[in-house]
Amino acid sequence: MAGHEAIPKREEGAFKPKIVGILCNWCSYAGADLAGGGRIQYPPDVRIVRVMCTGRVDPLFIMKAFTDGADGVLISGCHFGDCHYLEGNYKAAKRLFLVKNLLKNIGLEDKRLRMTFVSASEGAKWGKVITDVVKTVEELGPSPLTELMK
Amino acid sequence: MAERKTKKETASKKETTATATKQAPAKLAIGEQPAKAKEARIGVFICHCGTNIAGSMDINAVQDYAKTIPNVAYVDNYKYMCSMPGQAVIDKAIHENKLTGVVVAACSPRLHEPTFRTATKEGGLNPFKFEMANIREQNSWVHMHDQEGATDKAKDAVRIAVAKASLLEDLFPKSVPVERAAMVVGAGVAGMQAALDLANAGIKTYLIEKTPTIGGRMSQLDKTFPTLDCSQCILTPKMVDVGRSENIELMTYCDVESVEGYIGNFDVTIRKKARGVLTPKEAEAKGFVGGGCNGCGDCETACPVIQPNTFEEGMKPRKAIYIQHPQVVPLIYTIDKESCIKCGICVTVCGTEKRAIDLDQEDEFVKVKVGTAILATGYDIFPIENKTEWGYKRYENVITSLEFERLICASGPTGGHMVRPSDGVAPKKVAFLLCAGSRDNTGIGKPYCSRFCCMYSLKHAHQLIEKMPGCQPYIFYMDIRSFGKMYEEFYYRIQDEGAKFIRGRVSNILEDPVSKNLMVFADDTLLDRPMKLEVDLVVLAAAVQPAADTNRTRKLFGVSCSMDGWLLEAHPKLNPCGTTTAGVFLAGACQGPKDIPDTVASAEGAASAASIPIHTGHVELEPYFAQCIDEKCAGCGMCVNLCPYSALALIEKDGRKVMQVTEAKCKGCGTCGGFCPGGAIWMNHFATPQIIAQIDAFLLGGEQ
Repeated sequence: MAGHEAIPKREEGAFKPKIVGILCNWCSYAGADLAGGGRIQYPPDVRIVRVMCTGRVDPLFIMKAFTDGADGVLISGCHFGDCHYLEGNYKAAKRLFLVKNLLKNIGLEDKRLRMTFVSASEGAKWGKVITDVVKTVEELGPSPLTELMK
Repeated sequence: MAERKTKKETASKKETTATATKQAPAKLAIGEQPAKAKEARIGVFICHCGTNIAGSMDINAVQDYAKTIPNVAYVDNYKYMCSMPGQAVIDKAIHENKLTGVVVAACSPRLHEPTFRTATKEGGLNPFKFEMANIREQNSWVHMHDQEGATDKAKDAVRIAVAKASLLEDLFPKSVPVERAAMVVGAGVAGMQAALDLANAGIKTYLIEKTPTIGGRMSQLDKTFPTLDCSQCILTPKMVDVGRSENIELMTYCDVESVEGYIGNFDVTIRKKARGVLTPKEAEAKGFVGGGCNGCGDCETACPVIQPNTFEEGMKPRKAIYIQHPQVVPLIYTIDKESCIKCGICVTVCGTEKRAIDLDQEDEFVKVKVGTAILATGYDIFPIENKTEWGYKRYENVITSLEFERLICASGPTGGHMVRPSDGVAPKKVAFLLCAGSRDNTGIGKPYCSRFCCMYSLKHAHQLIEKMPGCQPYIFYMDIRSFGKMYEEFYYRIQDEGAKFIRGRVSNILEDPVSKNLMVFADDTLLDRPMKLEVDLVVLAAAVQPAADTNRTRKLFGVSCSMDGWLLEAHPKLNPCGTTTAGVFLAGACQGPKDIPDTVASAEGAASAASIPIHTGHVELEPYFAQCIDEKCAGCGMCVNLCPYSALALIEKDGRKVMQVTEAKCKGCGTCGGFCPGGAIWMNHFATPQIIAQIDAFLLGGEQ
């Protein structure tokens, strides 16, 4: 079954992306736990911050992560219509469009910010999401902000 | 006692106000660490979880690293932190090292946060001064072949958790009273059993059913396996009990319209669909004393409209005014609004004494308040015509198992004479197709096993052999799954009785246009050769899927579903009746295919779980409320419209407008806090400085 094979090791000295993942407690965090139970293997580059709902995600958190030197930010919540708090994920998604515009305006690739929807039963999907997010950020390379902030 | 309680209440009130004023200056500009965080003394406890964690990472390296993190006053590791000795380690360390907060790096907080909060409390700290670093589900188990990556990630996870733990505040859960009433949605065997158990435990129970009668799928069945009990015979006593129970308020032909509130206090609006017929109670309320429907059936005889009977799977006619079968509870007729032509004959026949029929009746809305709710919405049959190779709905003599149940049932459309639909002749050769749409990875059917088809098909074969000597059943199967009590024995019995078993999936069925016989093409995988067989009748053991309204209902109650649409339990093994919404429980096949014994068992489990908060009388709500920092609030009111629970409002305070939170309504999602342009909303336990500290801890190595 897909997702159970070992993740190929990076070459020595290769770029290790720093990615912040902000997950809602009810869907994506539970889905990530399910991926663990199912021993779905994915790259270890995403660090998780748990919130009750993606609606909690203040654009400030995302901008702070980027100015701190994050190479990517992942926001993951429930599918539309499935939010534990009815509509927090809609509001989060709406806000993310603004933040993506902001990122573009300051010259940062908006692909570094991703919002995904992973339910509590989608462990295998969580593995795919992380693998894909890491791959995208790896291709983009280190965040240009890291250099500028020095 | 009462006096003590008031004292305690005032004390906690004082504390809330105290923290509120403390919080205002605590929320400083981003990057400035609040002074109190520097005084924090955090204990870090790393769990091996046997080899679950220790097998994939270097625990010693994580422990050595944790000692270097600012604010960490104590570090320890233990083989199983959740064990009694493991928890004792925490208790002891808090006392000996004057810890102000606890971090446990172990499994998921969704699993053991309550355990370690209790341990933190035992140590004398507020239980909310605890943060968990998930280094198992989201680390050791998913990076099993990357020791270095896993160890680094665990170090970061501990650092992130310490940063948050340093900023955590004392919180006090709010205790709310629980309404002494429960609700069960769906009145099949699961819903009825749950409602009966609740009612017998002395709890007022609203039993909501969308169709005009209770009984559900089980009332459509002829016999039950493996005991061959008559389904109706064992079900009707329960139906009668439900109808008679003083504690059950039976609401048939009703839908749940909306749900508000939280555990202990759900406000549910129920739509009473217009039945067009008054119950004796309703008639009395209207002033027709002694009136209302008595189930005489005169109206049905007179009604000129004929349409297919859904209870008989369309194999029998029904009038526009109908009851589903003779044993319905309650015995009240219902008018099908869609087919009724409003000719008024039934009104005349019903007469001026009963005056039971009201053709212009409209839907009504009823509001009830309940403490807990059980969902028992059951299943539907998968539209097996989607698997076109078997020709259901194209060939008259291809039927589903549920149609077979009705045809062989004494109260069914043929009075229990098993005949084939095309010519009404008794079949001599019958093919049963198991896994019809189940265990199907083509994308058309369902990937899961529907769990009861093997057994009912064996039962069908037995019924044919018993009722119709000379009739030969052929069972096309993939595997026979006879896992229950006395099931395997039943399987052997049917083999001995002469049913023929062919292991192989049927690839195609063709119909003889003249005789309407069916040619079944399959691959006999035991003899390893293709085969064909001419039969008179094909019975498809069609897959089951969640009932039509499941998705709508679950969203009203905030319950998640699995990928197949079945309702999701809080934990598949340890909390199979609970959901992620506190106070909402699951019973029966709405959770996944279940046979009758499992359904009844799960219903009793759900009823027991749902009665606990009601008998306890109160529940504690997690205190993750929003709070307004008045000094920062500009009174713009943007948050007020964002709140999905109408928990926020603008009020006048000291001559200006500020936001105020109604804590009882706030569920702590934080949508307001994520939006507030002035940073004036403090989300308990998920406050902006706490989350920023976590992000900083990861990216800036703990130094800010």
